[in-house]
Amino acid sequence: METVKAKVREFLRGYIADHEFADDEDIFASGYANSLFVMQLIYMVEREFQITVGDEDLEFDNFRSIDAVARLVTAKSAVPAGT
Amino acid sequence: MRAGVHSLTDVQNKILQSHRRFAEDEIAPHANAWDREGRVPREVVAAMGAAGHLGALIPAEYGGTELDMTEFGLLNEAIGFGCSSVRSVLTVHSMVSQAVTRWGNPEQRRAWLPGLATGEQVGAFALSEAEAGSDVAQITTVAENDGDGYLLSGTKRWITYGQGADVFLVFARHNGRHSAFVAGRDTPGLTVVPIDGMLGTRASMLAEVRFDNCRVPRSALLGRPGFGLAPIAAAALDVGRYSVAWGSVGLAQSCLELSLGHARERRAFGGPVFDHQLVQRLITDMATGVSAARLLCLQAGELVQGGAPTAVAAVWMAKYFASTSAFRAASDTVQIHGAYGCDPDGSPQRLFRDAKVMEIIEGSTQIQQTMIARLVPYEEKRP
Ligand SMILES: Cc1cc2nc3c(=O)[nH]c(=O)nc-3n(C[C@H](O)[C@H](O)[C@H](O)COP(=O)(O)OP(=O)(O)OC[C@H]3O[C@@H](n4cnc5c(N)ncnc54)[C@H](O)[C@@H]3O)c2cc1C
Repeated sequence: METVKAKVREFLRGYIADHEFADDEDIFASGYANSLFVMQLIYMVEREFQITVGDEDLEFDNFRSIDAVARLVTAKSAVPAGT
Repeated sequence: MRAGVHSLTDVQNKILQSHRRFAEDEIAPHANAWDREGRVPREVVAAMGAAGHLGALIPAEYGGTELDMTEFGLLNEAIGFGCSSVRSVLTVHSMVSQAVTRWGNPEQRRAWLPGLATGEQVGAFALSEAEAGSDVAQITTVAENDGDGYLLSGTKRWITYGQGADVFLVFARHNGRHSAFVAGRDTPGLTVVPIDGMLGTRASMLAEVRFDNCRVPRSALLGRPGFGLAPIAAAALDVGRYSVAWGSVGLAQSCLELSLGHARERRAFGGPVFDHQLVQRLITDMATGVSAARLLCLQAGELVQGGAPTAVAAVWMAKYFASTSAFRAASDTVQIHGAYGCDPDGSPQRLFRDAKVMEIIEGSTQIQQTMIARLVPYEEKRP
């Protein structure tokens, strides 16, 4: 969970250098999130955490904050042992 | 080996040559006639389908050929070498295919992908409007909830292959955000009005697509509500940009080969015009531009294939460089050909008009100039 948050924070810093997001801060409400941003965020979590963000994950609540992205990644990475 | 193709591995070169054979047999000899007539015959699109080219980005389980991104790029170079109008059809169809593959639920994939994979159904991408191009968030087409479906109202403009497409990926305002819908051509309330005589890619059969209380079922909504522009349109445009980048390499390669041929044959002041150093300089710049553009495209392809976050910036750079250098190459090709370059029966004037379009579609040159600058700092921070 903490690694995911750190990665998302690093990503956000690369994008928006002059603002430090709190873990539960609404990224969309900040007005920083354009379409390219959302797409890059999705590419980043897919690449870094070896998951695929699918149609069923497209809910704003999954991308709204650093906490939310961390929850999504953790839930999607919880593959049962042996698979 | 053809001029300038030395940046490819042997395997990549073989793939390119096999796609080039298709383009040289089925497409290139007719490109000028199609440009004059303002249409690509459906049989040609069908031949693209039969060859598996329209299923390039569709998984094998739905009948697609599932090319890796480098091979998809080489395919776009070859088709772009033959005719940018046909390559434009490949581009928008591939954007729609990618969107349905990536964001469609299992029923939507089963419903649309098999037809798209064979080319029985050809897709078009309906985002732009009279008042919204680069600034896509300004679109005014709306989707309203209507029982167990949606009502679409608005007008899309400059939709490539709108005249021939069977399936439209449409973007609309929906509950204060933007959503994406897949609509079949025969949906009541959907009307297609041809736009003929565009400056370039004249045979790509553009259209205005009107939605007049056009009712689509709930199953037409692609992805969840509100995610139409990001990630659905943004990811599709990324594919489109990659396709246009490679298509521009093909266009510039065609310029290079035509220019070399003409400069060696045409004689002025006692020898071939090729012997004049000022002409050599034009050809040198052209050859260098093609090679550099192809290398940027190859790099972008590897990054996209690997799912790297830096792929986005790499694709923008490849498209920016390839489209601007293709326009320069086409302009110099007209110059090297002199009056032949302006002649209505020749290819240079078509290449020149087509090349200008590459600087406008899938993110104009100016949009790229501002976007790439903004993407660079993120890359520099990466280890
Ligand atoms: C041949 C052709 C085929 C097309 N096919 C399709 C299709 O299949 N589907 C579809 O949806 N659309 C299609 N389009 C439309 C295309 O996507 C738009 O033309 C493109 O997005 C540019 O938008 P615009 O033409 O409205 O120009 P505008 O956005 O109005 O731009 C006008 C000028 O202002 C510049 N500009 C705009 N914003 C900025 C900025 N922020 N900074 C600096 N300069 C800026 C632009 O670079 C341009 O030079 C097609 C267009 C053409 C010509």
